[in-house]
Amino acid sequence: MAAAVKAAPTREEALVEFLLRLGDNTLILGHRVSEWCGHAPVLEEDIALANTGLDLIGQTQLWLGLAGEVEGKGRTADSLAFLRDVWDFRNILLVELPNGDFGRTLMRQFLFDAWHVLMLGRLTESADARIAEIAHKAGKEAAYHLDRSSDLVIGLGDGTDESRRRMQEALDYLWPYVGEPFMPDAVDQLMAAEGVAPDPASLRQEYDATLRRVLGEATLTIPQDPFAQLGGKTGVRHSEHLGHLLTEMQWLQRAYPGASW
Amino acid sequence: MTTNEWPLWEIFIRGQHGLSHRHVGSLHAPDAEMAIKHARDVYTRRNEGVSIWVAKAENIAASAPSDKGPLFEPSNDKVYRHPTFFDIPDEAGHM
Repeated sequence: MAAAVKAAPTREEALVEFLLRLGDNTLILGHRVSEWCGHAPVLEEDIALANTGLDLIGQTQLWLGLAGEVEGKGRTADSLAFLRDVWDFRNILLVELPNGDFGRTLMRQFLFDAWHVLMLGRLTESADARIAEIAHKAGKEAAYHLDRSSDLVIGLGDGTDESRRRMQEALDYLWPYVGEPFMPDAVDQLMAAEGVAPDPASLRQEYDATLRRVLGEATLTIPQDPFAQLGGKTGVRHSEHLGHLLTEMQWLQRAYPGASW
Repeated sequence: MTTNEWPLWEIFIRGQHGLSHRHVGSLHAPDAEMAIKHARDVYTRRNEGVSIWVAKAENIAASAPSDKGPLFEPSNDKVYRHPTFFDIPDEAGHM
């Protein structure tokens, strides 16, 4: 079960894996964002962040639901979310990183949203109609998320000395995690060959253009080091943070199996 | 109390095409653009709106509650200002 991606997955294995990646990204980031609920600096931001988290969890239900359906082993979105352990998760490392301060949370959101919007945009042209349909729906939410996180990154970057310093620190801290979603592996190559998904690397140029525009306006300096931490989306090496997140997210289903409301 | 709080904005939402914007409440935001975004998140989560107006609360001039008497009471006994004294022909139907 816990096997990392095989060198030559079948089409169906690759499709399940690909859907888990999409669903785990939104699940883990959605949970991270929800950690701010009741703690954000102002009421309006608290509600807005909670909405973002709920959007992401909603998208998770669609992606993981489809993953379970394609896999055909009776697993549902819920069982995939709550009954897998760390090594079975396929989210990129960026989304499992702790929230840090509010600035880092927003920077992480922006770096994710900028990729998410491009990815969903391309997925609306997927050869798989189910994927295209979910991407179309999720794309509208992601466009709003990006709009909001861009505004906030610009506002805080081009803000006070302290807010600018914090945003630059956040960007520098998160930078090694920016490259992962663009690095193709066997799953991505197969999905691209089948017309299901774009080649992840093909999104990078447009992504960098978004970063230059927003971070430039935010008066922040984009790091140049191309080093990328890998291992999240392949499940090979998650950070130590994911396990802690899961203990909190999954404890109810673990302690009271099958509990529902 | 901090002195650098975000200004207060009054929020108006139009529920459907054809209806007018209605005041729904107020919130804090650093500028008009963020006020619209916050209004979207605070007041349209349940599909309440098709359009949002925001206005800085300080830019809205309001009548004083203490003026209620002079402003509104004189019209209380002027029922003839309502168009209720006309005989409506049956052919006109309900108006």
